[in-house]
Amino acid sequence: MGELRLMKGNEVIAEAAIRCGCDGYFGYPITPQSEVMETLMELKPWETTGMVVLQAESEVASINMVYGAAGTGKKVMTSSSSPGISLMQEGLSYIAGAELPCLVVNVQRGGPGLGTIQPSQADYFQTVKGGGHGDYRLITLAPSSVQEMNDFVELGFELAFKYRNPAMILTDGALGQMMEKVELADFKPRRTTEEILQTCGSWATTGKTSQRNRNIITSLEMDPFRMEQNNLRFQAKYKELEENEVRYEEIMCDDAEYIIIAFGTSSRICLKAIDLLREKGIKAGLLRPITLFPFPTRIIAERSRQVKGFMSVEMSSGQMVEDIKLAVFDTGRIVPVKYFGRMGGLLPSPGEVVEALENNFLKGN
Amino acid sequence: MDIQDIIKPENLVYQKSKIQVDVISHYCPGCSHGVVHKLISEVIDELGIQEKTIGVSPVGCAVFAYNLIDIDWQEAAHGRAPALATGIARTNPDKVVFTYQGDGDLASIGAAEIVHACNRGENIVVIFINNAIYGMTGGQMAPTTLLGMVTSTTPYGRNVELNGYPLKITDLIAQLPGVSYCTRQSVHTAATVRKCKNAIRKAFKNVMDKKGTSFVEVTSTCNSGWKLSPVESNNWMVENMFREYPQGDLKDVDKLIQQ
Repeated sequence: MGELRLMKGNEVIAEAAIRCGCDGYFGYPITPQSEVMETLMELKPWETTGMVVLQAESEVASINMVYGAAGTGKKVMTSSSSPGISLMQEGLSYIAGAELPCLVVNVQRGGPGLGTIQPSQADYFQTVKGGGHGDYRLITLAPSSVQEMNDFVELGFELAFKYRNPAMILTDGALGQMMEKVELADFKPRRTTEEILQTCGSWATTGKTSQRNRNIITSLEMDPFRMEQNNLRFQAKYKELEENEVRYEEIMCDDAEYIIIAFGTSSRICLKAIDLLREKGIKAGLLRPITLFPFPTRIIAERSRQVKGFMSVEMSSGQMVEDIKLAVFDTGRIVPVKYFGRMGGLLPSPGEVVEALENNFLKGN
Repeated sequence: MDIQDIIKPENLVYQKSKIQVDVISHYCPGCSHGVVHKLISEVIDELGIQEKTIGVSPVGCAVFAYNLIDIDWQEAAHGRAPALATGIARTNPDKVVFTYQGDGDLASIGAAEIVHACNRGENIVVIFINNAIYGMTGGQMAPTTLLGMVTSTTPYGRNVELNGYPLKITDLIAQLPGVSYCTRQSVHTAATVRKCKNAIRKAFKNVMDKKGTSFVEVTSTCNSGWKLSPVESNNWMVENMFREYPQGDLKDVDKLIQQ
């Protein structure tokens, strides 16, 4: 059993980064995630593991510092909240185009614009559809507890390096600020120069030696035929992710007539809602996507055989509901897919979710 | 005497640096970029730091610098080279990192990144090509475009009311405490090429000695953008650019200490 602590979600991101052997963090303050950098600065990992921590002049700069360091094969990350993540979209597109591994944490707050500092899930589209320009995808992990905030730091890096693609932890202000018991991972040393050369030496800018050609990190290719080949390679990678890396959790779905689909904070609320529904004799289950890209399309398609309806519960105007509809549509079956949510920094209550499900599927039938 | 009698090792007075890749450059004839690439290649070669050097290329005419100098390179988004260089240098303190940027990249879209990287004293070299115009996109106004100068977006000449003033970014950079060396050079004559090489060598040496940021502006020509012949461009630069961008060192911490 690892070390147990009571910690905030934001603090655990910092702790997990140090413990998993992260080489660098570059960030810019923004509520509700500033504790990530504050915790790192307080822990001074450069004196222990050698991890670099730097406060950048903007999110535009911090994501590009991540680009530079990731281009040398280092394990580096940044974190921000919605408006800051918007500023990073250029960098994310370049990082995806240059096929660099890195980790980005989005502790979402309500928008659009300056919006609010309260939690939200309204950056779903921006994250899983590619908020920057061009055909690219981010590996997207959606934790629903402080424990998962911890676990997904290492998992995010692992997937990012396995696929040479940026990974994002898509969480929100509630999980960032919430304190829960968490089992921390043991300390893992940072990779040595030799280990980086072994795993990343074929592409990373580690210094050109006489033994190899120069390594160039770029997303530029002026020849459209070669640029199309690059795109086909990216798409093959995304397909591989869809085949191999889908993660989700099902609760009481086996006999469910109605399945609520929710991720992150809203899935915790829906956990209570399905209990209340079951007490009322309504066979409800919860399907919680853990990876938002790749999306758990297949299990939704399978469950569409048995259910009378799906309901997506989101802290947004209904974004993930479109992916659920697509998953069902592709099966050819006609199963109603509904949405319920709150916006602007508000969380749905379990009672509201129960009422919404009854209104959508059970009233007037 | 046949020419073959002359081509002998003992008669060799000059050769291309082995760091310079043997390909046809994409730069226009008369452009300053090619000379500066040559100088950087020679300096890397002479200092024996090919295996330690990582270049960051910009968006602009030098976007393909990685095709011309045989070291590891990263290609940045427009203006972000100093941020990439920060990430590289901070996590790889044993490396010699430099950015190579034009005036649009460095002084316009990347103004925030360059000011803050220099102010933090990032241990990097910045090579700044100032030709007062956007070359790659076809000759638009740059932040450093002179008043009255005709470009495709100032067809009647740069006008203060409409476009504001030329930005003397190098003067501004020299004020920052993180900068150890800041100089303005050019490469239009054999003498200035030699001086410029010394400045570039000093900048790279400074970074090897961990002295913080070294910033080398090369006041340059863009004969295609300026619509002048290479010779006319050199003359125009001396007559007009040098008034706005006076040549020489703006700051040298070594000399300050000596005084």
